[in-house]
Amino acid sequence: MKINRRAQQRTVEIVSNKKVGAYHHMIFAVGDMALHALPGNFVAISVGGPGSAMVLRRAFAIYRTHDRGNYGGTLELVVAPHGQGSKWLSALPMHATVDMVGPLGTNFGIPTEPVNALLVGGGYGSAPLFGLAELLKDGGSRVDMVLGASSAGKIYAPLEGKRAVNSMTITTDDGSAGTKGQVVSVLPGLIERHNVDIIYSCGPMAMLAAIQGIATQTGIMHQCAVEESMACGIGVCMTCVVPLRDEAGVIKMSRSCIDGPVMDGANVIWNSGGKIPAGTYGAPNV
Amino acid sequence: MRQMSNFNYSTNFQNALFPNPIFTASGCAGSGKELAQFFPLGEIGAVVTKSIMIKARSGRPTPRMAETPSGMLNSIGLQGPGIDQFIAEDIPFLQKAGARIIVSIAGESVDDYGSLARRLRGVPGLSALEVNISCPNVENRGQVFACDPIASRSVVEVVRRVLGGELPIIVKLSPDVTDIVAIANEVISAGADGLALINTLLGMVIDVDTMRPKLGGKTGGLSGPAIRPVAVRAIYQVHQAFPRIPILGMGGVASGVDALEMVLAGASGISVGTATFGNPNAVIKIKEELANLLIERGFATFKEAVGFAHRSENAE
Repeated sequence: MKINRRAQQRTVEIVSNKKVGAYHHMIFAVGDMALHALPGNFVAISVGGPGSAMVLRRAFAIYRTHDRGNYGGTLELVVAPHGQGSKWLSALPMHATVDMVGPLGTNFGIPTEPVNALLVGGGYGSAPLFGLAELLKDGGSRVDMVLGASSAGKIYAPLEGKRAVNSMTITTDDGSAGTKGQVVSVLPGLIERHNVDIIYSCGPMAMLAAIQGIATQTGIMHQCAVEESMACGIGVCMTCVVPLRDEAGVIKMSRSCIDGPVMDGANVIWNSGGKIPAGTYGAPNV
Repeated sequence: MRQMSNFNYSTNFQNALFPNPIFTASGCAGSGKELAQFFPLGEIGAVVTKSIMIKARSGRPTPRMAETPSGMLNSIGLQGPGIDQFIAEDIPFLQKAGARIIVSIAGESVDDYGSLARRLRGVPGLSALEVNISCPNVENRGQVFACDPIASRSVVEVVRRVLGGELPIIVKLSPDVTDIVAIANEVISAGADGLALINTLLGMVIDVDTMRPKLGGKTGGLSGPAIRPVAVRAIYQVHQAFPRIPILGMGGVASGVDALEMVLAGASGISVGTATFGNPNAVIKIKEELANLLIERGFATFKEAVGFAHRSENAE
């Protein structure tokens, strides 16, 4: 098993930090770290500065990378300033440096032949889907995208992102943009209209679980980037586990930083309700 | 200034020799494969493995972690593959990677520890056994072994009897006790060759949004810089009482300075755990920093510095 094979630890400089709606779009000069990143991968950043009381890294899905350009390799994140760590990071000025480890985790699998792909993003979970859309289009696939959030300000849909897809559908819980409702409500129609072969998703676990429900019904492949709180991002703390069926069909508590974040939605045990699912490898006898 | 090349960084726990005193802490280095991407495992003193039980363990439901000021709570629940798979897969990987190996064992009953020791006896290439007694004893209403001097003693007696003199036994004590010296006394009498001080402290975080305990396991073990003074105190007290028993010190070490504190208090080895979560290269960084600090202070060997804080007022 490849573990952290492409990961490096590096001090990287902020070359851009712009507020976009509820988020910050940040660009870092990362040298050759950019060369190895694929859509679905993430980075783990140290927050608070030296001597900080925040001892754990924060994980962020990679939005985009470029391996050339004015700054050499660059890597971009869409940061939601939610907790202490992400607030500290998004407030940093140009030229500040951070300690970054990456790229980490599994990536979205790209099919060898053209397919009809449906990309579904929740909130800032849309970010890694744009790089994926470009790769799929380059391979001749059709790409339809659905982005959902609680309100318009929480949708991340940059203009250049819209150009990379055949169609873009927006949903908001409060109706402030696009269709009022949750993303799952528009999926069956899109799946039928565009003869969708595969769904790629990134966003809150409840959304991913609902998408898997539809994927199971329609028999479509579903690759999702799961989100479970992380401490280290490199597979040593055993914090970020998700119950996942392996090739032999055995459910194991699997690290979303090593066996994910991108997982086959059909193998994830959803909605286990704060319990170890029955039959999990090593589960206590009840 | 004394050169690095003349400095003797070696340490030992009875007949187990290590080229330097910086180890990874149990449960904080995965299988070794994860950190091997960042530095060669052979460059540190030893890898102390995750605590292995007889059977595979799924661990607890999430959330398993809560960050706290200068620390964190964990309720991982000893997730692991069980002793058979561990011997078949994890140990060979570590051997191939050139690491010195200290296997940590955990059990639910005294018999468990004996069985684990029996399985590990005769496995080639191990340096020592670390006995994690911060586990609930199912045969005593779930009371943690390490909090009960009699139970602690029973575990160590069994392990000592099964192993004979083959491998040094390092017993890891919990700080959640009234008198850690008393517990140390029991396990040393029972045959411990060394002590690991300290395990985590029992703590809790209440999530004020859900208004419930944050962790799936409700309580969790507190680790990180916040607990370092507790660890230093425990090491100091135990070394003072038992100066000939080597101590593997741990608890929030994040720098060479932190490691030096523990060495001066009486630690012959330092395990680094939580710091690795914040910095994959923490163990290597601490190894280099500690060496430089000792050299700056004029120590020719690491061993000279162990317990140096205990010297009498008149000594200088």
